[in-house]
Amino acid sequence: MSTRLARGGRLIDRGAAQEFTFNGKRMKGFKGDTLAAALLANDQMLVGRSFKYHRPRGIVASGAEEPNALVNMGEGGRFEPNQRTTTTELFDGLTATSQNHWPSLEFDVGVVNNYAARFLPAGFYYKTFIHPRAAWKHLFEPIVRQSAGLGKVPKDRDADRYEQAYAFCDVLVAGGGVAGLQAALVAGRAGARVILLEQAPHWGGRAPVDGVEIDGKPAEAFVEAALAELSAMENVTLRTRCMAFGVYDHGYVLAEERVADHTPGDGRPKKRLWRIRAGRIVSATGAIERPLSFAGNDIPGVMLASAVRDYVVNWAVSPGDRTVVVTNNDDAYRTAIALKEAGLDVPAVIDARPNVTGDLPAKARALGIRIETGSAIVKVKGSKRVTGVAIGLQAGEGAAREEIACDAVAMSGGWSPVVHLWSHCGGKLVWDEAAAHFRPDAARPPITHDGSAMVIAAGAANGALPAGECLADADRAGAEAAQALGMKPKKAKAPEAAAPAEARMEPVWIMPQGAGPALRMKMWLDYQNDVKVSDVQLAAREGYTSVEHTKRYTTLGMATDQGKLSNINGLAVLADSLNAEIPQVGTTTFRPPYTPVTIGALAGESRGDIFQPLRRTPMHAWHEAQGAYFEPVGLWRRPYCYPRAGETHEQAVHREVTNTRERLGLLDASTLGKIIVKGPDAGRFLDMLYTNVMSSLPVGKCRYGLMCNEQGFLSDDGVVARIDEDTWLCHTTSGGADRIHAWMEDWLQCEWWDWKVYTANVTEQYAQVAVVGPNARKLLEKLGGMDVSREALPFMQWADGELGGFRCRVYRISFSGELSYEIAVPASEGMAFWKALNDAGAEFGAMPYGTECLHVMRAEKGFIMIGDETDGTVTPLDLCLDWAVSKKKADFLGKRGMQRTYLANPERWKLVGLETLDGSVIPDGAYAVAPGVNGNGQRNTEGRVTSTYYSPTLKRGIAMGLVRRGPERMGETVEFPKVGGGSVKARIVSPVFYDKDGEKQNV
Amino acid sequence: MKRYSVFAIAREALRYHQGWERAWKSPEPKKSYDAIIVGAGGHGLASAYYLGKNYGITNVAVIEKGWLGGGNTGRNTTIIRSNYLQDPSAAIYEKARALYETLSQDLNYNVMFSPRGLLMLAQTHHEVRGYLRTVHANNLQGVSTEWIGPGRVKELVPIINIDGPRYPVLGALYQARGGTARHDAVAWGYARACSAMGMDIIQQCEVTGVTQSNGVVTGLDTTRGHIGCKKLGIVVAGHSGQLAEMAGFRLPIEAVALQALVSEPIKPCMDVVVMANTVHGYMSQSDKGEMVIGGGTDGFNNYTQRGSFHHIEETLRALVETFPMISRLKMLRQWGGIVDMTGDRSPIISKTPLGNCFINCGWGTGGFKAIPGSGWAMAELMAKGEPGPLAAEFSMWRFKEGQFIDESVAAGVAH
Ligand SMILES: Cc1cc2nc3c(=O)[nH]c(=O)nc-3n(C[C@H](O)[C@H](O)[C@H](O)COP(=O)(O)OP(=O)(O)OC[C@H]3O[C@@H](n4cnc5c(N)ncnc54)[C@H](O)[C@@H]3O)c2cc1C
Repeated sequence: MSTRLARGGRLIDRGAAQEFTFNGKRMKGFKGDTLAAALLANDQMLVGRSFKYHRPRGIVASGAEEPNALVNMGEGGRFEPNQRTTTTELFDGLTATSQNHWPSLEFDVGVVNNYAARFLPAGFYYKTFIHPRAAWKHLFEPIVRQSAGLGKVPKDRDADRYEQAYAFCDVLVAGGGVAGLQAALVAGRAGARVILLEQAPHWGGRAPVDGVEIDGKPAEAFVEAALAELSAMENVTLRTRCMAFGVYDHGYVLAEERVADHTPGDGRPKKRLWRIRAGRIVSATGAIERPLSFAGNDIPGVMLASAVRDYVVNWAVSPGDRTVVVTNNDDAYRTAIALKEAGLDVPAVIDARPNVTGDLPAKARALGIRIETGSAIVKVKGSKRVTGVAIGLQAGEGAAREEIACDAVAMSGGWSPVVHLWSHCGGKLVWDEAAAHFRPDAARPPITHDGSAMVIAAGAANGALPAGECLADADRAGAEAAQALGMKPKKAKAPEAAAPAEARMEPVWIMPQGAGPALRMKMWLDYQNDVKVSDVQLAAREGYTSVEHTKRYTTLGMATDQGKLSNINGLAVLADSLNAEIPQVGTTTFRPPYTPVTIGALAGESRGDIFQPLRRTPMHAWHEAQGAYFEPVGLWRRPYCYPRAGETHEQAVHREVTNTRERLGLLDASTLGKIIVKGPDAGRFLDMLYTNVMSSLPVGKCRYGLMCNEQGFLSDDGVVARIDEDTWLCHTTSGGADRIHAWMEDWLQCEWWDWKVYTANVTEQYAQVAVVGPNARKLLEKLGGMDVSREALPFMQWADGELGGFRCRVYRISFSGELSYEIAVPASEGMAFWKALNDAGAEFGAMPYGTECLHVMRAEKGFIMIGDETDGTVTPLDLCLDWAVSKKKADFLGKRGMQRTYLANPERWKLVGLETLDGSVIPDGAYAVAPGVNGNGQRNTEGRVTSTYYSPTLKRGIAMGLVRRGPERMGETVEFPKVGGGSVKARIVSPVFYDKDGEKQNV
Repeated sequence: MKRYSVFAIAREALRYHQGWERAWKSPEPKKSYDAIIVGAGGHGLASAYYLGKNYGITNVAVIEKGWLGGGNTGRNTTIIRSNYLQDPSAAIYEKARALYETLSQDLNYNVMFSPRGLLMLAQTHHEVRGYLRTVHANNLQGVSTEWIGPGRVKELVPIINIDGPRYPVLGALYQARGGTARHDAVAWGYARACSAMGMDIIQQCEVTGVTQSNGVVTGLDTTRGHIGCKKLGIVVAGHSGQLAEMAGFRLPIEAVALQALVSEPIKPCMDVVVMANTVHGYMSQSDKGEMVIGGGTDGFNNYTQRGSFHHIEETLRALVETFPMISRLKMLRQWGGIVDMTGDRSPIISKTPLGNCFINCGWGTGGFKAIPGSGWAMAELMAKGEPGPLAAEFSMWRFKEGQFIDESVAAGVAH
C-alpha cells in the first residue's frame, strides 16, 4: 500500500493538517502536499479511468507531465474538470471526484472496451461504423461521444474572477530550478531587468530531491542563498505558481499565475494571465523522465522513478511498501537508494544494461539492493494495483524466469529536456545519441525581429543533465542573455556541483527487445489516450508513416498531457518500425500551451456588462430612466424605441413616427460619426474620398456625400459641412465612424503622405440632437438665442450660435423628410440641453424617438441606409444616386472600379420602391423570382427587398428594393415568395413614398 | 484494395492486426502522367478522385511537398454547412454537403460526417435581417435552412447564454443538416481511394517549377526530378501565389493566419455547431469531447502557421460570454493555418493563362466543407477543359470584370 512515512518530507508542514474528500471519502493531508501526494498518503493509488478502454489508472508522475491523475474538483460555481492532481496544492475543504467512469471508479462498465481492446486497435473507427449510413449519427457516434470525454461538464456560472497584467523585462527566466536561479543571478548581477518564473509553489526544482551538492553544501543551501541575493536585487522579480506556457514572436511570453487556486473564495482572482515582453528568454524548464514500454506498464502502482523519489523526499509518502525499480540508466538508482534510506523495501533493480558500473549502482549494491543486469520486466501482474512483476532477459522474447512480488514499480527510460518554450517559435532540435533525447540545437534557435536568438536554453532543458554541467550551462546562458542585450556580465566563478559519476544510459524502447505482438498489445505509450506500442506499429504498417500521420491515426500525444511522457517513446517505436533513425522521423510540432491554461484567465475581466467597452452618449442615463429598449450599434447602445406602459415595441415605433410627423420628435443623434478634416489639402483629399465634389462647398453650407471603396461599392454616407476655409466636418454613419476615420488615415499615411491634411474623430466631443417635425422651429424659437428662420438658416446650411443659453452648432438637415434641425452642443452639456429640449418641447408635443422610428421615416422618404440598401456589393449608381457621383472629377476612390464591365452592366439590380398589391408588408430579406432555374437548378431571381416596413403614415406596407432594370420598369409587378409557401406581389414604384416634392422639409 | 468492415477487423484481431495492408501506396514518380494534381490536401485529393471516378482518368499523380492532408485540411475546425447567400456559393457548398452525406460509403472509409445541426446566432437587428435574407435565398437555392427564435436556440444549445447583457441572442439561422466531419479521415479516405484506382500519391516531393512549351504546360520540376504531364491542376491553398508565379501568372490572393484551439475533453454537452459572428467566435464539441473553437484571421499577411495571440483572447472572450461554462475549462492546444483569401472571400476554380493548367484555390477560412464539391467541379474542368455550371462563376477573371461573389456580405466570418 501507499502511505505517509513517519519522518521527512521537505515540503510538508506536519503541524498544519488539511481535510479533503475524494469520491466522498474523507481524507487527511498536510499543508504543502499536492493533491496527488495526499491521495497516495491515503493509499488512494487508483484515481481514474483511461479514455478509450476505461482501464484503471493510477498516479504516474509528480508534475505537469502527469497523464492519469485528473479529477473533477470543487462544486457549483467553483467546479472544474480535468484538474491535474500532481500540480494541485492541497487545501482544507478540497473536494475531488474521479472521472470517466460509470457507475463508479472501482466498477466501470466502460471497461468492456478493455476486454474488446483487441477489436479496437488504432483507427478502428475509420474502418467500421460505415454502414448503414444513418447509423453513424444516430447510433455509433452518440455511444462514442458518451464513452469519450473526460471530466464532467461545469453547470454553473464561474464564481471566480481572473486578472490580466503586463510586464516587461530584459531577461525572462522560465523555471526556478538551480539552472534558472543561476541564470537569473548572472543576468541580474549584470544589471538586466529579470523576471524569474517558477510553476511550482517552491524553488529549487529537482536538485534538492536528488541530493546534489553545490560548492560543498546541499543544494538547498544554494537555493536559499540564491533567493536571498535575487530578492535583494531591485531589478529582479520572482514569481512562483507562475507557468510560462507559450513563447510567441518578438519575445512575447504568456504565463499563467495561480493566485487563489489553492485559497478559493478569498477574494483574490483565481488566476492571472501575464503578458510579458522580454528581450531574451532563458528556458530553464528542466527535463522529464520517460517511462519504459513493458507489458502492463499502465497498471496503477507503476510510476516514474523520479516521481517515486519526489513523493518520498518531498512529501514523505511511499507509493508502495515493496518497490521494484526498472531502468536503463544510473539515475533511477537514486530512487532505490532513497526508498531504502526511508526504510522501505526494494526487492530488486531490474537494469536492462548488461554492464552496470556507475557509482550509484555501487552504492545501491552496498545498501544490499539486488541488481538484475541485462534484465527486463516481461510483464506486470495485477489489475487495479500492481501485485508483482515477471522478469526475464532484456535481449529475450518475453520468457519469464522469475516473479517478484511487489506493490509498486519505479521505472526510468532516461530523460528528455523540456524543449517546448524553445520550440514554440521555431527553435530546432538535435538528436543526442548518447543521452537518447532531442535537445535544443543552439545553431538553429528561434529568432526575433533582428534575426538574433530569442530563446536561450539552460541546464537540463538544454540537455545538460548532470548537476555539474547543468550549473555551468546555466551560468553561460545567463551571461549570454545579458550580453546579447548589451550588458556586461560580472566575472564570477560558476558554482560547482558535485554528483556521483554516472555511466552511460542505453536506449531501451521496448522491453524485452524481442517481445511478440501479444506483449506489445499490453505496452502502453500514451496512458490517457490508450495508445500502445502495437498501435504505432499498426500505423506504420498501414502507411501512416509521417509522425504527424502516426500521431493523428493513433492519437498518440494528443491527450491533455500533450504527450510529455509518450512522444519520444512513440517516435522511437515508429522509427524502429520504419527501419529509420529517430532524427529522420522527427518530432511533431510543439504548440502552446505547455500545459493547459484556464480559458477564464484568457478571457480575463471582459464579461457581462463589460464584455466589451460600452459607449454611452451623454444622454444615456435619461434614456435608461425612460425605459428605452436599446439595440447595440457597434459598441454603442442606442434607444430602439421608448415603449410606454402596455405598448409593444411595434406600437411604440408607430406612435413615435406619427408624433414626429404631426408634432415634434427628438432623437439622440450623438453617436453619428463626426470627423474633422483640416488643412491646405483637405478639399483635395475629400474630393478623392467622396464620389461628389466637396472642395467647392461654400463655408456655411452642407452637402450630402457618398464614399466608396476602390471597387466602387458604397461604404458610407453622410452630410459634410464646410466650417471654414480649410476645415470640413464629415458626418458618418454611427457604426462607420471608426472605420471611416481609419480609412482616411490609411490613405493619408500610406498613399498621400505628402498631403497636408489632418483628421480628428470628434464623435464623442459633441452631443447631437435631431429636433424634427412641424413644431421644430417653434421649439427652437421658444428657447431663443439665434435666428433659425427659413431665411436666416435655409435648408442645407449650418450656423453657430446659442439656444436657450447653450452654445451650439445648428445644421438644417433632414433624414426624415420633416422640418428638422440637428443641433450639436459640447458633450458635457448634452444632458442639460436634451432635458431643456424635452421640457420646453412638452407644449409642442415633443417626444423622444428611437432608431426604428428613424428607419421607418427615412424609408417612407426613400432615403437609403448604409447596411440596408448597401451590403458591400452595391454601387451608388445601383441606388440611382448618379447625381452624387461626379462625372467631372479626374479621379476618386471607386471611380475606376465602377467602370468595370460588370458594374456598368445595364442588367444590374437597381433601387426602386415596392408597393404590395394587398397592402401587406413584404417579409424581410425576400427575393423577387424570375421564371425558370439556372444551370445549378436554383430558382432564378430578379431582385430583392432591402428595407421593408409598415408605414404608419401611409397605413400600408412599403419597401425599398433592388430590381433588375428596376427604374425602367415602373408599374410592373414582381413576386416575392415567402418561406414556407405563398408569395407577395408588389408593384414597382418610386422609392419616395412621402412628400415627393420635399415641401415638408423645406419650410 | 481490401475493404474495411467490422468483419475485416474481427479477422485481423485474431492475428494481432498483422495483416492490414497500406492505406495508400508510396510509389516512385513515373516519367509522366495524363494529369497531375499539385497539393495533397482535401481539395487536391478530391479533384484526383473525381477525375478517376467520374471521367475514368486514372493515370494521375498527386504531388505533395509534405505529408498528405498536412495543410489546412488537417488544421481546420471541420464545420460543414451550405447556408451561403450567393447563388454560385450555395450551389457548390450544397453539392459538397450532399456528397458528404454518402462519402463514408463511397470511400469505404468512415469520415464521420455528422449532420448534427449548425446555428449562426443573430445578436443585432441588422444580423437578424441578414439571416432572414439568407433563409429566403436558400429557400430558392434548394438549401434547407430556417430561422429559429431564441427559445429554440436554447433548446438546441442548453449551455448557451441567450440573454447576456450586451448582445442577447435574437434568434439564429439554422441548418439542420450542417455539422462536422473528421478532417484527417477525409484526406486519408480520398487518398486510399485514389491509390486503389491506380493513382500515384507522391509525398515529400515539392514542386519547384512549371515547364511549358508554346503556352501549354508540359510538366513540373520537383525535388524528385522532372515529371511530365498533359494536364495540370494546382490545388495548393496558401501557396497558390507561389505556384502561379512558377506557371507565369499572378493571382488576387493574400495569405493570412487563421487560428483555432481546443479545450480539454469533457463529457458531451453540445451536439450542434454554434457560430456567433457579432462577437466573433464559434464552437462545437468533437467526438473526443474537446470543445473546438475558432475565430477571425490576423490583419496582416504571413506564412508562419502561427497567429497573434490576441485573436485567441478575443475569441475566448466572445465564447465565455456566449457559453459561460467554458470559463472553467482549459485550453489544451492552439494552432494556426495559412489561409488563401481572395478579395471577395470566394474561391477560384478556373482555367489559367497557361494552356491545360487549371487552378483551384482561394477557399480561405471555409473550404473544408467544400472539399467533395470542389473536387467534383475541378475534375469536370480538367477533364473537359471548360468549367461546368458549378465552377463557371468562379473564374479568376471575375476580379477584372468586377463580378464578385461576395460572401462577406452575409457573415463576417466564413468558416
Ligand atoms: C484554423 C482553421 C480553421 C478552419 N475551419 C474551417 C471550418 O470549420 N470549416 C471549413 O469548411 N473550413 C475551415 N477552414 C478552411 C479549410 O481548412 C481550407 O479551406 C481547406 O482545408 C483547404 O484545403 P486545400 O486542400 O485547398 O488546402 P490544404 O489542405 O492546405 O492543401 C494544400 C496542399 O498543397 C501542398 N503544397 C503547397 N505547395 C506545394 C508545392 N510547391 N509542391 C507540392 N505541394 C505543395 C501543401 O503542403 C498542402 O498539403 C479552416 C482553416 C483553418 C486554418
